[in-house]
Amino acid sequence: MLTYNRARLLVLASAVACPLVSAQTGYVSGNEFNPAISLILDGRYAQYHEPLELPGFQMGPESELPAEGFSLGHSELTLSANVDDRFYGSASLAIHEHDGTTEVELEEAFLETLGLGYGATVKFGRFLSNIGYLNSQHEHAWSFYDAPLIYTALFGKTLYDDGVQARWLAPTNFFLELGAEWTRGDSFPGGENDGNEGKALFIKLGDDLGQTASWQLGASAYTTRFAERSGDGHAHEDHGHDADHSAELIFEDGDVDLYGVDAVFKWSPSGQPRQQQLVLQAEYFQRKESAISHFSEEADSLEADYDGEQSGYYVQAVYRFRPQWQTGIRYDEVKPDNQFVELDAAGIDMEEFLEETELGSDETITRYSVMLAYSPSEFSRIRLQYNHRDWGENRDDLWVLQYTMSLGSHGAHSY
Amino acid sequence: MKITVFLITLLAPLWCQADLEVFACEPEWAELTRQLGGERVAVFTATTALQDPHHVEARPSLIARMRNADLVVCTGADLEVGWLPLLLRRSGNPKVQASKPGYFEAAMMVDRLAVPTTLDRSQGDVHAAGNPHVHLDPQRMLTIANALSERLITLDAPGKSQYQTRHAAFKQQWQSLISQWETTAKPLQGTRIVVQHENWLYLNQWLNLNQVATIEPKPGIPPSASDQKRLLHSLSQQPPELIVLSAYQNDKAARWLADKLNIPVVILPFTVGGDQHSSTLPALFDRTLALLLQAKAR
Repeated sequence: MLTYNRARLLVLASAVACPLVSAQTGYVSGNEFNPAISLILDGRYAQYHEPLELPGFQMGPESELPAEGFSLGHSELTLSANVDDRFYGSASLAIHEHDGTTEVELEEAFLETLGLGYGATVKFGRFLSNIGYLNSQHEHAWSFYDAPLIYTALFGKTLYDDGVQARWLAPTNFFLELGAEWTRGDSFPGGENDGNEGKALFIKLGDDLGQTASWQLGASAYTTRFAERSGDGHAHEDHGHDADHSAELIFEDGDVDLYGVDAVFKWSPSGQPRQQQLVLQAEYFQRKESAISHFSEEADSLEADYDGEQSGYYVQAVYRFRPQWQTGIRYDEVKPDNQFVELDAAGIDMEEFLEETELGSDETITRYSVMLAYSPSEFSRIRLQYNHRDWGENRDDLWVLQYTMSLGSHGAHSY
Repeated sequence: MKITVFLITLLAPLWCQADLEVFACEPEWAELTRQLGGERVAVFTATTALQDPHHVEARPSLIARMRNADLVVCTGADLEVGWLPLLLRRSGNPKVQASKPGYFEAAMMVDRLAVPTTLDRSQGDVHAAGNPHVHLDPQRMLTIANALSERLITLDAPGKSQYQTRHAAFKQQWQSLISQWETTAKPLQGTRIVVQHENWLYLNQWLNLNQVATIEPKPGIPPSASDQKRLLHSLSQQPPELIVLSAYQNDKAARWLADKLNIPVVILPFTVGGDQHSSTLPALFDRTLALLLQAKAR
């Protein structure tokens, strides 16, 4: 303890005093100079009756359910390597089907400093935002096949954007990280704006509890603006009446503010996560936004002042009861509370507008999920998941049987 | 007491020219670094002997410790591939990145056994650089100690004479221990053993143990019921003498097999702290030999 404390004070001194002599260091893995390549193959069989509807929310991209029956999920190709002794680089391509066409989406393409010093790290390019807990994890690392409802409702799926992230790790024996992001701010729930309006702040705190347990707490805030945002979801496509109408809803000149807190607790009875592990996880988000809404249906239109407040959370418990088996439960809840004040109406009244867009809904939407996953090795997983969703007078059940396989080099997963 | 510690902590910089904060991935390297560094090093150990070093999570606490390290001492050879690279990246610590002298992979300082000629995941959790569990060969340990002592001097030049003195003492003690151990272990030569996982290769080579089977069908893959039956069938003609596993491994399959074959299971400490009699490196080897001899004599 004594020497440890003394050494603590001397970290800085010795850094200055120690000459940097190059020495034989060690073996660096990953196909000589080729980047490490990882390919995730994901497919599922899904069964349900009703598409995902979130009354009170403008739906973001990728918020729809998987196609019924057999379908491929995201096939994800990641290449990563140290660029040189200063930078690490990684790019992830997600290939998926959307409306019958194959789309390639660049989910991440970032560079990150390696050992900048003083606990600082700078990341730049396109990256998954560090807000929340789940947001920065790739889809294949999630415990359930789908994102929590609050993520779907607020981001479509997850928030990623182009810009810069700076993080600072405190020189403490427990984990304390502060970070900020400055991005274009044009991915959902943002949109095109005057330029680089996306700003995020986050703090993470964590430590161990003895040999068997560990925890992490986080809080984050995100703000952005948009000149124009039209939801990209398909929630209302098959919605009974007026299936073929040409209604359009656009939000203009919007402000988005979002706050979240997250908590994770992991416990392995023997200190061996691979043998047995219980993971408890919860996140809460609240979003406030304001904009001018333009609704038009053929020649008719309605303009209104929009003030939205939406919030939601999920809690989940995942238990690895044998090295190759995991089971988990999750409860989701989201609740909208939007106000519209009519500015200008032509042929449509407020009541009609709210009924058609369902944005006036203040019904709580809930979902229960249960899953069972079998992983013959760290690189393969077969998962069965059941969701039960309740919204307004409606309810629906969904079953998904999914495989997720990881080919090639597969690096470490974050906590 | 607390006040004294506090004062000494405050005043320490006045008489200590350099001190190294060391992050050791496994207990054996923590102990070796303490032996070679003495008072000049403060060592944090990331795992215990009861944890499988293949499967450790990149926990927040480990990232925090990595941030403050002057030297990282790990097995390497991809043993910690599931967590160490992430700790290094998240730490933002320039001193311990893989290209820097503050990064030390013990297994890369010695020849490794079982370097695969083909790499395929159908072979299980194979390591491209060969079997990483080098620390149970005391001869290799000596080579690693040489390299580690040099590294300590590189990083903390003012302590050179202290490091050299400690290294010379370690080397002398270790060499005499090796010859004692080799004499003690003579009766073990050629012992037919079954192991849980391929982490005894270097001990086998050193003591001339004859490993006839592995309970895991592929490295890192737990055996199924049919795997166990198949193994029992193949071993029943000429049963092995012992089943060897380490303190952190699940002993269920081994107990089942031992029961069927009526042979003993030996749970070896595997590393420092693996049982209450293995708190130092010499004690680890003493205890390992004693347990093997005891089981063999049964």
